[in-house]
Amino acid sequence: MILTTLEGVPGRTIVRHYGIVQGSTVRAKNIGKDILAGFKNLVGGELSGYTDLLQEARQEAINRMVKEASHTGANAVVNIRFATSAIAAGAAEIFAYGTAVYVE
Amino acid sequence: MENIDLLIFAGLLLLGLVAGTIAENKHFGDLKRREKKVKSLNVINFGAHEPLPEAHEATLVVGSVVIASDFFRFYLASILSLLGGNIGVYETLIERGRREAILRLKEKAIALGARQVLNLRLETSNLNGEQNKGGGVQVEVIAYGTAIR
Repeated sequence: MILTTLEGVPGRTIVRHYGIVQGSTVRAKNIGKDILAGFKNLVGGELSGYTDLLQEARQEAINRMVKEASHTGANAVVNIRFATSAIAAGAAEIFAYGTAVYVE
Repeated sequence: MENIDLLIFAGLLLLGLVAGTIAENKHFGDLKRREKKVKSLNVINFGAHEPLPEAHEATLVVGSVVIASDFFRFYLASILSLLGGNIGVYETLIERGRREAILRLKEKAIALGARQVLNLRLETSNLNGEQNKGGGVQVEVIAYGTAIR
């Protein structure tokens, strides 16, 4: 599966469109990381526990999107966009969407 | 009892001020050094009416970071926001996050052997949710784009 943020795939032509595909996941921070992050919040800087957590979640969202795309028979997803929203204190939704296409 | 609370609060403020300033300066120095290394990789954003560049392979690359303000700057910002205007302490926070995210993306692209990164997008989100009970601001910055080879 080819994934791009472009309108197409360089060097290939789009033969068929399958419409929008999406994948999302809602993740909560775990308590151990939360306490550590609380301490880190006093001095500022990167909260690497959360960076990893969200990266994992994003990969999950991408995987779900790819799964949906492969069900339709696509071999690439173009124009991918990400969005993150905090739906409650301590939980975030990570969302990935794009257009499933067949390229040759 | 109240005096102790006040003392702890003042101590935390001081800790935030000192440790936060040191961390920030260190981070800016680090960013500058690493940005020089990835200078050779160029990033291009272009519109739908331009032809796609030639490439053998295109891959999605993502760089992300969660960055938090310190205790002192959080309180300073809440006082400043009463007055309105620029809140410089948060400007530098977001700048650090954004530069770090772009850097990570570029480093990943270079590791993949990319020649260029196309259509870079940036997304910033607040992880605190609706109610922020105090203790700092947490922002996630992600940068994503297509690396071509």
